[in-house]
Amino acid sequence: MPAGIRDKVAILGMGCSKFGERWESDAADLMVEAFTEGVKDAGIETKQIDAAWLSTAIEEQHVGKSAVPLATALRLPFIPVTRVENFCASGTEAFRGAVYAVASGAADIALALGVEKLKDTGYGGLPQRGRGTLNNQTWPNLSAPGLFAQLGAAYRAKHDVSRDDLKRAMAHISVKSHDNAARNPKAHLRNRITMDTVLNAPLVADPLGLYDCCGVSDGAACAIVTTPEIARSLGKTDLVSVKALQLSVSNGLEAQHNSWDGSYFHTTRVAAKRAYQEAAINDPRKEISLVEVHDCFSVTELVTLEDLQLSAEGDAIADVLDGFYDADGSIPCQIDGGLKCFGHPIGASGLRMIYEMYLQILGRAGERQRGTRPRLGMTHNLGGFPHQNVCSIAIVGRYGD
Amino acid sequence: MAFGILAAGAYIPRLRLQRKAIIDANRWFAPGLSSLGKGERSICNWDEDTITMAVEAARDATIGRARREIKSLYFASTTFPFLDRLNAGVVAEALSLPDDLIALDVASTQRCGTSALAQALRGTEASIVIAADHRRTRTASSIELTAGDGAAALVVGEGEPIARLLASARSTVDFVDHFRTAESEYDYQWEERWIRDAGYMTIVPPVIARCLDAAKLKAADVTHFCMPAMVPRVVGAVAKAAGIVEAAVADSLAAVCGDTSAAHPLLLLVSVLERAKPGDRILVVGFGQGADALLFECTGEIDLKGRLGNAGHLARRREETNYPKFLAFNDLIEIDRGMRSETDKQTPLSSLWRNRDTVTGMIGGQCTVCGTIQFPITRVCVNPNCNAVDTQEPHPFAGKTGRVNSFTADRLTYSPDPPACYGMVQFDEGGRWMMDFTDVEADKLEVGMRMRMMFRIKDVDAQRGFRRYFWKAAPVDNAEGGM
Repeated sequence: MPAGIRDKVAILGMGCSKFGERWESDAADLMVEAFTEGVKDAGIETKQIDAAWLSTAIEEQHVGKSAVPLATALRLPFIPVTRVENFCASGTEAFRGAVYAVASGAADIALALGVEKLKDTGYGGLPQRGRGTLNNQTWPNLSAPGLFAQLGAAYRAKHDVSRDDLKRAMAHISVKSHDNAARNPKAHLRNRITMDTVLNAPLVADPLGLYDCCGVSDGAACAIVTTPEIARSLGKTDLVSVKALQLSVSNGLEAQHNSWDGSYFHTTRVAAKRAYQEAAINDPRKEISLVEVHDCFSVTELVTLEDLQLSAEGDAIADVLDGFYDADGSIPCQIDGGLKCFGHPIGASGLRMIYEMYLQILGRAGERQRGTRPRLGMTHNLGGFPHQNVCSIAIVGRYGD
Repeated sequence: MAFGILAAGAYIPRLRLQRKAIIDANRWFAPGLSSLGKGERSICNWDEDTITMAVEAARDATIGRARREIKSLYFASTTFPFLDRLNAGVVAEALSLPDDLIALDVASTQRCGTSALAQALRGTEASIVIAADHRRTRTASSIELTAGDGAAALVVGEGEPIARLLASARSTVDFVDHFRTAESEYDYQWEERWIRDAGYMTIVPPVIARCLDAAKLKAADVTHFCMPAMVPRVVGAVAKAAGIVEAAVADSLAAVCGDTSAAHPLLLLVSVLERAKPGDRILVVGFGQGADALLFECTGEIDLKGRLGNAGHLARRREETNYPKFLAFNDLIEIDRGMRSETDKQTPLSSLWRNRDTVTGMIGGQCTVCGTIQFPITRVCVNPNCNAVDTQEPHPFAGKTGRVNSFTADRLTYSPDPPACYGMVQFDEGGRWMMDFTDVEADKLEVGMRMRMMFRIKDVDAQRGFRRYFWKAAPVDNAEGGM
């Protein structure tokens, strides 16, 4: 195991736009909105940034290819800018690029910015798009909810869970996220909902109903990172540093090899294990203070809690229904509303998750601030589908802790 | 060893549209159709066409036989999806037939099936003759009620035949009872009484007489008479005129399937072969710009068990009473398919060619180092404890069964027949694939369900008129234990 990234890089500042149906804004406007907050928070000027990473996933829907759109929107002074795409985990990929640049010494200050402008399709839900020439010929006529829904069937078969129990736990997850987002002024969906609303909603892809699916939002988020030393030299005292950054990418095993049963994320289990090692965490259920998981669908959140070893295998339903992951529970999950309600502008989502951890650890989360200031926050950013995906895990915490 | 029909198979789509639904919807306009309102007709699912039905009929006919022995493939239809792309070539590739095959599309007349069979029987090598039709019909036309969709296939060659050809005869005249051109989508038909008197009654009996003469047999020697006719009350009249006893007239399948057009003479032959006794003589007649007559004698070898055939496919049935759905499946009404249907479905032909074994043949790989069976075939073995490079031998998946590992019924993604059902299928021998399901009801899906592969339309590229095919998983019915 390599020495890892732990405490080598600190977050100098972060920004996040309002997420939602931003009919009035182009992607460039959203980038500027997030960056203006981030650069002010960092207390630097644009010209102090040495390198930048832009994350977008469905670029054909808004900015087009390459890193030029970020450089142009922010008028970056001809510095190295890289565009990254790794499905819905793109945001954490931009963050990884910036953090590694600083850790390597190649950059003193680096920017990671994610953006997605999705509401220009003319219809609800994620844009329909090609999957590649051969995949178009052999993959099923799929949608994201249809593939994630299958976790439900496989999880039920494995743990002998009734459809009702699964649906109730999934509904609790969505009710909780709506509750949390009501306290978040930047969130897309801020209305509180009831269990009945969720359970009686029309089906999108069995067993997922409308309220089991996250919204499709426009938005941007960014992080400016540097070394703890430079951060101090710039006058920062209360530092949030990166404890772990791990990425695990499917290699076809789940899709083609019969060793995977379809009820969990193989990548998440691998990435979590490595991340805990990198962050020197022995008992995640006791040590992690807060978690943001990739709750694209309620069922994803449910099985991920087990993959992250926060709930024992088969116990997630009971933990969820017990309120273990509620805002006032032992490990709040999606205290900002999550993808479900904060919103899911794809390229920005991973950075949005880290933004929330940063605010919570610094005690700046306003009405939704966790009472006891969190020590370690974990984000889980997933891209793709259960049977072939990329999983990014980031752990951030107080520097020197 | 003798030359003749070695095996037979059929395919009839599972959906059976109740004729009453057609009558009820159209009574306001065409009350005269009511007399055709009994029974049901077979209709293609949205993802079926002449090619997919031909593949299934051929698979049915070749169960238990080595397909590599087949030297020629005749594919007869009047509704080929492609005018310039060998339709028989698609079928051959889906069946993984050897590429030194003679493959012919036989078209343009209702008797192309019997003509193709007669031609195959003139040869000396093993052939497969497939006939399939999926006729497009105008709303509220009588043919909409009398037609059906289906396919039949016969393996011809040297071996232990189930039926030997005793004689054949034919006539070719340009009698135009109906026509369809490259410019017209639908049949245009002349008066039925004229077709009966000047067509069938005038053209067919002499051909039957010549055929019987050649076999040195009499009409009374015919045990089964298989002749479809798109015009009512013709078959009995022709039989009578030819001297064939009424009891010999084979059931037309009108009540349960409808007239499958170019496939129908062969489908009737298959239906009779399934119940014929050794020594039975079967006279098959195809009509269209003349007529073909083929007289067979059944041998002692008739055993069509282990396949669905005509009877099994008729039993594999789901009643459909939704007439607008039939219209939508056949593009006969313009329904609002939504913006999600607008995704470009272009097929890169170069990629299809490179990957034809994977896509059309559903051939995967088996690692020669660790034995892992996988789909698709790849350069590097997927087994995490192996990952050997370039060690995979082709492994066919199309004939394999598997079980549902996970599934969903997706109401978001665009499908011509929502919800789109798909899931992970794990094959009994190894390998798995996330794939579309077909011929399935969303509320019947469950983990562990047994599935088999069926060749289907994957996507229709409306912009360019192309359609691509791939394999989908369909439930193994209890009746299909032998698949």
